[in-house]
Amino acid sequence: MLKTQAYNTGNDTVCFDEMLRPDFSARECYRTLFEWLQRQSPGGIRAKQAEADAIFRRLGITFAVYGAAEANERLIPFDLIPRVISAAEWRFLERGIEQRVRALNAFLHDIYHRQEIVRAGRIPSELVNGNSAFLPQMMGFDPPRGVYSHIIGTDIVRTEEDGFFVLEDNLRTPSGVSYMLENRETMMHLFPELFAAHRVAPVERYPELLRQTLQSVAPSGCDGEPAVAVLTPGIYNSAYFEHAFLADQMGVELVQGSDLVVEDGALWMRTIRGRARVDVLYRRIDDAFIDPLNFRPDSMLGVPGLFDLYRAGRVTLVNAPGTGIADDKAVYAYVPDIVEFYTGEKPILKNVQTFRCSIAEERGHVLEHLEELVVKEVHGSGGYGMLIGPRSTRQQRADFAERIRANPGNYIAQPTLALSTCPAFAGSGIGPRHVDLRPFVLVGDRVRVVPGGLTRVALKKGSLVVNSSQGGGTKDTWVLED
Amino acid sequence: MLGRTASSLFWMARYMERAENLARLAQVGHRVSIIPDGMGGYREDWKATLASAGCLPEFEARGAKLDAATAQNFLLFDRAHASSIRNCLENARNNGRAVRTALTREMWEALNSTWIEFAAIDPAEVGPGRMVELLDWVRQRSGQFRGAMLGSLLRDEGFHFCQLGTFIERADNTARILDVKYNVLLPVNEALGGERNQHQWDTILRSVSAVGAYRYFYRDRLRPRLVAEFLMLRPEMPRSLRFCCDFIAPSLGALAEMTGGGASSLALGSTLAAELRSTDLDAILRHGLREFLQDFLGRNAAISGALATDYHFD
Amino acid sequence: MRIAVTHTTSYHSDTPARAVQALRLVPRSLRGQTVLSWQVRVEGAGGGLRYTDAFGNAVELMASHGPTTSVVITAEGVVETEDTAGVVGFPPEAVVPAVCLRNTALTEADDAIRAVAATCRRETALATLHAVLDGLHAAVAYGTGTTGSFTTAAAAFAAKRGVCQDHAHIFIAAARSLGLPARYVTGYLLTEEADAVAHHAWAEAMTPDLGWVGFDAANGQCPTDRYVRLAAGLDAAEAAPVRGVRLGAGSETLQVNVGVQASQSQSQSQG
Repeated sequence: MLKTQAYNTGNDTVCFDEMLRPDFSARECYRTLFEWLQRQSPGGIRAKQAEADAIFRRLGITFAVYGAAEANERLIPFDLIPRVISAAEWRFLERGIEQRVRALNAFLHDIYHRQEIVRAGRIPSELVNGNSAFLPQMMGFDPPRGVYSHIIGTDIVRTEEDGFFVLEDNLRTPSGVSYMLENRETMMHLFPELFAAHRVAPVERYPELLRQTLQSVAPSGCDGEPAVAVLTPGIYNSAYFEHAFLADQMGVELVQGSDLVVEDGALWMRTIRGRARVDVLYRRIDDAFIDPLNFRPDSMLGVPGLFDLYRAGRVTLVNAPGTGIADDKAVYAYVPDIVEFYTGEKPILKNVQTFRCSIAEERGHVLEHLEELVVKEVHGSGGYGMLIGPRSTRQQRADFAERIRANPGNYIAQPTLALSTCPAFAGSGIGPRHVDLRPFVLVGDRVRVVPGGLTRVALKKGSLVVNSSQGGGTKDTWVLED
Repeated sequence: MLGRTASSLFWMARYMERAENLARLAQVGHRVSIIPDGMGGYREDWKATLASAGCLPEFEARGAKLDAATAQNFLLFDRAHASSIRNCLENARNNGRAVRTALTREMWEALNSTWIEFAAIDPAEVGPGRMVELLDWVRQRSGQFRGAMLGSLLRDEGFHFCQLGTFIERADNTARILDVKYNVLLPVNEALGGERNQHQWDTILRSVSAVGAYRYFYRDRLRPRLVAEFLMLRPEMPRSLRFCCDFIAPSLGALAEMTGGGASSLALGSTLAAELRSTDLDAILRHGLREFLQDFLGRNAAISGALATDYHFD
Repeated sequence: MRIAVTHTTSYHSDTPARAVQALRLVPRSLRGQTVLSWQVRVEGAGGGLRYTDAFGNAVELMASHGPTTSVVITAEGVVETEDTAGVVGFPPEAVVPAVCLRNTALTEADDAIRAVAATCRRETALATLHAVLDGLHAAVAYGTGTTGSFTTAAAAFAAKRGVCQDHAHIFIAAARSLGLPARYVTGYLLTEEADAVAHHAWAEAMTPDLGWVGFDAANGQCPTDRYVRLAAGLDAAEAAPVRGVRLGAGSETLQVNVGVQASQSQSQSQG
């Protein structure tokens, strides 16, 4: 069904397509998929797409959309054409990601101790010590194995054959890994032959690796097999499905704040047999809400005294509180320096050029070039509070300029990237759509990068916003083995 | 297992069972409403239907006119009515969602797809023609859920909390239906020849899907004495009080054994089951049918309460 | 001077509830004070969890066993003090001084505080801080009733009246607005009248040469040997000697009694 000519004219901007070269020949790792796509009928694909949608709906893989009052559960669209990454590309990404997460963990350890990087003048003190994502309460504490961010989702975009950039380091509570796993299950169910023709690196060990990682950072005083639990804000959270899914796959309890008590110097969950000890808590609740005694007193989601227990080394919180400072958008611009400072190496993965509105000359540049830039709020997430220059109206740009002038420290700007495209099924046929990639990294007794990740795709033709809250979908990501 | 998980499993099963029972009551109410009463009207008795469903006071508190349309809407779709079928299915599903890890995929899919499909129904589109079909569908889905549970759920604590939810709710439902109509089941009705009450007995049996079973079991015409015995004391009848208690007591026993706790719920449950096993209809009638049913309802609720305390539901 | 302290905090409620409390009730020995003896007793809750927080405070976490209607916490001990003109120096602790430039909701300076602070700028940090101290002591009267535990520095400054917590918050806001790290300190004060008072609070600010120096804007002076320093934090909420959460319905009443007296061996202040 795939007409190469039609496929490429669908591409409104000149950007790198991961399947087809400008001469319409398929890149090596996409050859099998490309040939397969040419043999498919539109009706056949449509039927498979309907089948995939039915599977996801039945499984209850839905997410809540903020701001939608009623019927607040929606499926994240799933696009059934896989994204393919060659073994060599993956080796490069894996090395780059590992280097980056090691450096960021070292950075966290440093800024919560002597702050050598600040003393060395490599990063402004105010940016760290005055940052709302920095938790002074964490200073002087040594988390087990010195690990702060154990579970990381690094957002990577591609602009050309060798052009991989890190767009965001998510070191707080990154989500999406359940989609990676369910997408894979679904693809294996729908297209067994295509899958078998590809030697795809497996991702299904992730839950087991996650459990190992969590157990490896149990408090030093814990004897026997460490008891792990996943802490969720509850069924109305947008990622609740994922919390339940991960707990289930790991074979551990999924708890809410009300299930937990701090008593006798330990954390317990309330079970039908009375209380049971918890050693490691994989918390999917933001820092501010984990403990009303130490942080937001109005939080109903957390456990009073939990942070005190953590600081006393009686329970491990994963990720550690205060990791947000390392993925703060204002700190992002310094990550290449951070990598060099702690590893003594050049960064393998590049940063996207970033203008800090807090700095006068950079702000001047941003205000003059709003039409070309993407402006982001330093503390925003999920694609909210963002200006995409080339797609903005004059009014929107004027509003943003005013907001930047009023609170410059709250904004950064980046060039609009020509994100790479991948083939996607777009209702009537197959066309190129912009994608990004979130591989998932685990840091415990060692660093583990699962081969694959979550590919997010902007399903609207020409759109660059891949966030699920803004009409993006997901794809299975196939990392090929040699 | 978390206390909250146990609570959610219990209430998930209760709400699913309640949805099924409401569907059955609404069907009977609908059926009665199209049978002529011999006096130029119809036998319509929505008041009794709502009373059997345990929601008459709530309906009356609204001061709305009681007719087929308002009663059916109240029973099926009303979002403000805590025990409408809609809310039961949503509550069952949300309780299941909160303990997704304790359910099997089959159970979750039955629960989730039922709620999704029911929520998509526009009440205005459901005319009298589709009503019966819709209620049948609710009962089928409840059956599918129970089938998935029996066929796929590990026989650990979770299973027993589900069983307890199902049978405590079912016993409550059957006892309530009998309680509302206890007067037509008193022996004096048969002595009076009772042709006029024939349809009442029929309605009671239909409310628990037992017309065919009754005829098959007794090979007799409808007699109030046998109807009462069938629904209260027969171990063969799957919605009788005796039958329910024969499942409640062993599940309480299994939980007590597995957890080393649960003493007070087990004591209440096994006493009630033992009493039902050793009594007979004459004894109940001597004591007073109404009194017996009221006592049963209270003790059944007490088991539910003791369960919550014994197993740290909150 | 040898100072004996008895500090009792009691919580009572009609309906039982679970209670969790973090206590910062143990002073540490540092320049100007040596803790001779100290103990904390808690009725109605159990502990067993101690750690040192980022500000060097000894924290003890208490939790009741199930619902309770009353928790009584008593801290008692004797501290030997010496007048250092408020200088605390560089006690070992994890926070770097730059952290104490952070603003919290309670210590955010407004234009009025910034304007007054700006007039206090002098040659050295120490001189600047003394100017702030004098300025605030003159500008904000001591008085109860107008402010509460959640009153911000800006609101108290606008009211021109407050208690020691407010003076400390305003001082901290002013110092930070001048780029000088400052923090909140709780403790006890042996008053001239030797009357029992509720525990006291003041501020500490960082000077390059002397390290941390205490400033008591409520009394217009630097702490002397009549002060016992308990705990430090970014603001009153963080440094609170007892911070608690009650899990349950109903309301509770709180009563705090502090007795500070010079030990028998130092009878002159007993009057």
